[in-house]
Amino acid sequence: MNDIKVKVKDLSLRYGTNLALKKISMDIPEKMVTAFIGPSGCGKSTFLRTLNRMNDLIDNVAIEGEVFIDNINIYDKNIDVVNLRKKVGMIFQKSNPFAKSVYDNIAFGPRINGISHKSNLDEIVERSLKQAAIWDEVKDRLFHSALSLSGGQQQRICIARSLAVNPEILLMDEPASALDPISTAKIEELIHELKKEYTIIIVTHNMQQAARTSDLTALFYLGDLIEMNKTEIIFSNPAKKQTEDYISGRFG
Amino acid sequence: MNRNVKDIIVESITGICVLVIIFIIVSILTITIVGGWPNLNWAFLSEFPKDGMTKGGIFPAIVGTAVMTIIMAVAAVPFGVITAIYLAEYANEKSVIAKTIRFAVKTLAVVPSIIFGLFGLGFFIGFVGKNMDSLFSGGELRWGQPNILWASLTMALLTLPVVIVSVEEAIRTIPRDMREASLALGATKWQTIRKVVLPGSVSGILTGTILAVSRGAGEVAPILFTGAVYFSSHLPHSLSDQFMSLGYHIYIMSTQSSNVDATQPIQFATTLVLLFLTFSLNAVAVILRYRIRKRTK
Repeated sequence: MNDIKVKVKDLSLRYGTNLALKKISMDIPEKMVTAFIGPSGCGKSTFLRTLNRMNDLIDNVAIEGEVFIDNINIYDKNIDVVNLRKKVGMIFQKSNPFAKSVYDNIAFGPRINGISHKSNLDEIVERSLKQAAIWDEVKDRLFHSALSLSGGQQQRICIARSLAVNPEILLMDEPASALDPISTAKIEELIHELKKEYTIIIVTHNMQQAARTSDLTALFYLGDLIEMNKTEIIFSNPAKKQTEDYISGRFG
Repeated sequence: MNRNVKDIIVESITGICVLVIIFIIVSILTITIVGGWPNLNWAFLSEFPKDGMTKGGIFPAIVGTAVMTIIMAVAAVPFGVITAIYLAEYANEKSVIAKTIRFAVKTLAVVPSIIFGLFGLGFFIGFVGKNMDSLFSGGELRWGQPNILWASLTMALLTLPVVIVSVEEAIRTIPRDMREASLALGATKWQTIRKVVLPGSVSGILTGTILAVSRGAGEVAPILFTGAVYFSSHLPHSLSDQFMSLGYHIYIMSTQSSNVDATQPIQFATTLVLLFLTFSLNAVAVILRYRIRKRTK
């Protein structure tokens, strides 16, 4: 097992009075794929969004507990959320490229970080698109609107856009749930490539996807972390009956 | 009753309402064009009024309206856009401040325009202007009287709520996804607003503000006491000058004329010019919206 990249200790989250996450603790290893599975509303996406503090944007959310990334508590008062989010990139369920050209989408992050030299930007754009395995498909239309691409291509543009700010962790919130099987396969292949360099945490509804892509799997249910282990163990020999019931399709 | 008959009745009623609207618009345009077009010529557009306003042109009124509209836009648009950004992006919906601002904007929007005129007279001229005079020119009357600046600012107050509401709506059309995408890349809130939200809503912002401004360009009541004059022999060359305006000119021509037969053609032609100006502003808004939509697709 690789070194621990993210360490969560007793994390609870409330929406108003509703307790959405109940004292979650877990260790997430570096440069591996960790999958969160569970039925809708179980808290897996909410939990994912605590890792780059996206929940800060929602009124009425109260968080207790600690999340350490590289041994630094990201809920510490001195933490700069902007820097945190540069380090922890996020891919959303619905691909959300900006209504700008492919090039400007990828260059968005570097530009807000003050990179303005054209040659630097060109290089980052090309590298990021190659890493996201979409360079060959878009290299001739870098200056066309990203919205003119297919859904699967848009999602890989979004991945490339995240990679352009050099994150260390990639959070993926059901990145393929809106895509056709071929596009999904491409995203999964990409995840496999990216884990060589990045720590990947993926939320998925699709159990086969979790089984195919991840090294570790965590099952959430009603705000509790039921079980977390190596993916092959979760899918072949889970410790808890609840896990077995869920992966065999008996509930959820 | 038979369903079919009901349908026919509803269709007839809606059709008649549409026809009434079309009839009104066509009538206004026909009357104005038939009455105004024959009197419209270069001299009318480029000359000062002559012979007790019964002859000559409306050049100073055109310039006055244009200058007032520009000053009004310069004052109202940035202020309105900034307020709208605050309401849409920063204000907590439930906070007392946001509720107070919203209430103020709504109230401002329903205040009759003549009240704005009175407010302008009392506040800008009676208070701000008077104090400026006693501070800067030792009491000599310069700012404490009606002028184009006070008229434009009064007009800006009138259009401000419309600007705020339309800009806020435009900003809110940007989906949450886009903001989250930007924030997740490590953009600050202000970077997100500047690089994602504002560029995405620029067509809505422009059309909203242009429509608000064109609405103001034709108003008369707010400038009655704050800067418009019956006749001026020169163009305004400083902010403390009074000015002629198209709307006010029409009002004067139709109510204060000593020779109705002589002034009626001028009245019609002035109306046509005013309509043309406001329609042009609207057309600009429509074209801008169309072009920007096309570009972002």
